[in-house]
Amino acid sequence: MNTLIIRHTSGLAHRAALAVALSLTLASGALAQLAIIGERVFTMGPAGTIDNAVVLIDDKGKIALVGPLASTTIPAGTRTINAKVVTPGLVDARSTLGLSGITNSRHDSDQLERSAPVQPELRALDAYNPQEPLVAFTRSFGITTVNTGHAPGELVSGQTLIVKLRGETVDAATVRPTSMVAATLSPQALKDGGKSPGTRAKQMAMLRAELIKAQEHRRAMKSHADKLAAHRAKPDAKPEDAPKPPERNLRTEMFVRVLERELPIAITAHRAQDIASALRLKEEFELDLILDGACEAGTMIEQIKQAGVPVVLHPMMMRAVGETENASFETAAKLKAAGITVAIQSGYEAYVPKARIILLEAAIAAANGMSQQDALATITIDAARILRIDSRVGSLEPGKDADLAMYSGDPFEYTTRCIGVVIDGQIVSDQPR
Amino acid sequence: MVAFALALMHGVAGAQAQETPVAFTGARVIPVDAPEIDAGVVVVHKGKIVAVGPAATTAIAVDAKRVDCAGKVIMPGIVDTHSHLGGIAGADGSSTVQPDVRVMDSINPADSGFRRALAGGLTTLNIMPGSGHLLSGQTVYVKLRAVPGAEPRDGVVVRIEDLAIRNADGTIAGGIKMANGTNPMRDAPFSSTRGKHAAIVRQMFIDAQQYARKLAEATAPDGTVNAEKAPARDLGKEALGKALSRSAIIHHHTHRADDIATVLRISEEFNLRVVLQHVSEASLIPAQIKEAQDAGRVLGCSVILIDSPGGKLEAVNLNYDTGRILDEAGVLVCFHTDDWITDSRLFLRMAALAVRAGMKRDSAIKALTINGAIMMDLQDRIGTLTPGKDADLVILSGDPFSVYTKVEQTWVEGSLVFDRSRPVDRLHAVGGWGAGRDQEPYFCCFGSGSFAFKGQQYQFGGGNSAATDAADTQAK
Repeated sequence: MNTLIIRHTSGLAHRAALAVALSLTLASGALAQLAIIGERVFTMGPAGTIDNAVVLIDDKGKIALVGPLASTTIPAGTRTINAKVVTPGLVDARSTLGLSGITNSRHDSDQLERSAPVQPELRALDAYNPQEPLVAFTRSFGITTVNTGHAPGELVSGQTLIVKLRGETVDAATVRPTSMVAATLSPQALKDGGKSPGTRAKQMAMLRAELIKAQEHRRAMKSHADKLAAHRAKPDAKPEDAPKPPERNLRTEMFVRVLERELPIAITAHRAQDIASALRLKEEFELDLILDGACEAGTMIEQIKQAGVPVVLHPMMMRAVGETENASFETAAKLKAAGITVAIQSGYEAYVPKARIILLEAAIAAANGMSQQDALATITIDAARILRIDSRVGSLEPGKDADLAMYSGDPFEYTTRCIGVVIDGQIVSDQPR
Repeated sequence: MVAFALALMHGVAGAQAQETPVAFTGARVIPVDAPEIDAGVVVVHKGKIVAVGPAATTAIAVDAKRVDCAGKVIMPGIVDTHSHLGGIAGADGSSTVQPDVRVMDSINPADSGFRRALAGGLTTLNIMPGSGHLLSGQTVYVKLRAVPGAEPRDGVVVRIEDLAIRNADGTIAGGIKMANGTNPMRDAPFSSTRGKHAAIVRQMFIDAQQYARKLAEATAPDGTVNAEKAPARDLGKEALGKALSRSAIIHHHTHRADDIATVLRISEEFNLRVVLQHVSEASLIPAQIKEAQDAGRVLGCSVILIDSPGGKLEAVNLNYDTGRILDEAGVLVCFHTDDWITDSRLFLRMAALAVRAGMKRDSAIKALTINGAIMMDLQDRIGTLTPGKDADLVILSGDPFSVYTKVEQTWVEGSLVFDRSRPVDRLHAVGGWGAGRDQEPYFCCFGSGSFAFKGQQYQFGGGNSAATDAADTQAK
């Protein structure tokens, strides 16, 4: 089945098991507007993988129910789509999509600001282009949610945001305007010519100094809040006598949010020694750390596990050269087997392929020691967990966003095509890819 | 880094295999020039294929070593018409045309990339210099063959001469690498417009024609050259002479449809034999390419399929359909890795993605084997499992186009050169400590940096790329 066939049911389409007590029906008031029927449905949720199942989508763009076709009532008039395989819309945990554009030229390359090594105040929100051609291209493989933003390559390069791959403006696409602060501990963020950071040790010293400055700012804010409360408590308090707040600074404020664990810090580190530095920093400042890239994570499994840190692993087909020379197709499987939460990212590519496709990257993991289910988890529910959006996306469960991908067979097979993509209940791609 | 060097340790491998016939039995055999055979037999002896056929009708010598391949798939060794393996560097920054430069003089045979290529089932490569010049040098055709004595870590150095394929006259085989479009657009002493590029290339060939004429005038009918009348020896013009006499194939990097048309125009003017390489927009002009192929000036298209389009302006129309469209138009199609651009270990995947986009499976298999051989003038020696041809074959665990299929063994000229069950080979197949490269790749347009072109600033790199800091590699 290589094309998307949409039908409208002309009544109760599936009467096989209409014993009312057993049949799954929509909660009262919810209107199913789309039914997607899969010969195999990977829910990636508690319902597991169900053969011959249906996903009902309500008119709010949410999943109304997921259940076996035989015991599900599809309301009359519902548009239905049949597919061999249905999965949740895929979730890319780390990308520069929409910032690093198809032409790779000045006018569409906003993934890395090189004017200073530490700029957490750079919002991905101000740089993401939902009209970038690679957005629709990526979506056509079944990717529906992407954590994208500033690339690795500076000590602190900026923020990431989470978007759905729909909407004509960034506001329409945004799921979370700031999702991570992106940092890099590796030679790719080092400077020549006497500029800092020029060494790995200097990278750490600079990061520690920024975080200590943020601790002081946080203290000053707290002290100001206390003084203000005391001032207001006075019966004769005059506004002009109110204590002055510390001066605002976007950079420091971002680091305060990191210290408060309101935002995770994603540290790109490939060599084991850089991974160790990231873990050291986490311990000192009690950060909410996400290891990004993490080429040599397979040699640091115990340390990563003890730190309770998730890994957003490099794309499997990343070139094995320089600091990534020890990349292995089997790293994802190793991390998963050790109980570490792992997502597979598309990452940033300087040249080609300009946008990597996580479906194709996870396929390599599925062929190298990871089960089909686990490999699918790295680009659905586990990616959503790491991004803390698993209450909305990443699995097919009632109440979650109706984001689905449909395939002509095993999603990981080279020759399988993605035949349709749905985001928030809307068909956003119907050309076979 | 382990040496690129091959097996003697297995019973059937190495030099002995040349003396004792080896019979591969029970596999689904894809001969390429004949229908697939279920439970077929392939017999090799002294480096050549001696028999291919169904088990019932294919004789196996009593003394033959049998390799049980039940449940496996056997196909010819895979041919890559465009590779940059070996840490190569061809032409330098002194000029945009350098036909005197041979890439064979820059290859490091110890590069781990060669082992990884074997892990992908590749047996024959066209190793080329980069695309940052209009003409970046002479290419070399190599076999990743077993070299007796060169066991990993024993210190035996393999030379490019051991790997090179020889012409009938004993010279080393290869073509000429040319490029047009944006990659060779650079500051002086290079040039940066398409019109100038074409003019430079035409004058280059005209000069080579004049050189060849003078040399012919100075040569007596018996072949003796009058040294006083002959022009001073010119290595570059000698190389171009081979292209003008149609004995050397020009492998031409070209993306945009108008750039492809320019290659066709120049190949007509000088009656060249050209393989169109990359061809992101060939699907826009298949009929014109077919016409040039029928006229004998284009051998075919060597297509690259990248997971997503773009990376530079002239590749924004790159797509998965090019192989199918050209094949349906009757254009000979092969694929290439362009390794480092794509990974030799996953070369089968490229053809599989073309099948995903509707290319016929048979055509996609040919595009990995015989069609590439044709585009290197090697079709009489490799590319199919045919008695008399080199015993280059790949044993796969399953369907060639499944993601789950593994290359289990690779054989070159009757010797086992990759065996996934051997730790050193498995390491290079899946990666891990010791399998990669601690040095950045070299060739045009990979790395970071920027250049100005027509008022627009273009940039490469700047982010989470292993080669981010290789700023100086750009277009050198």
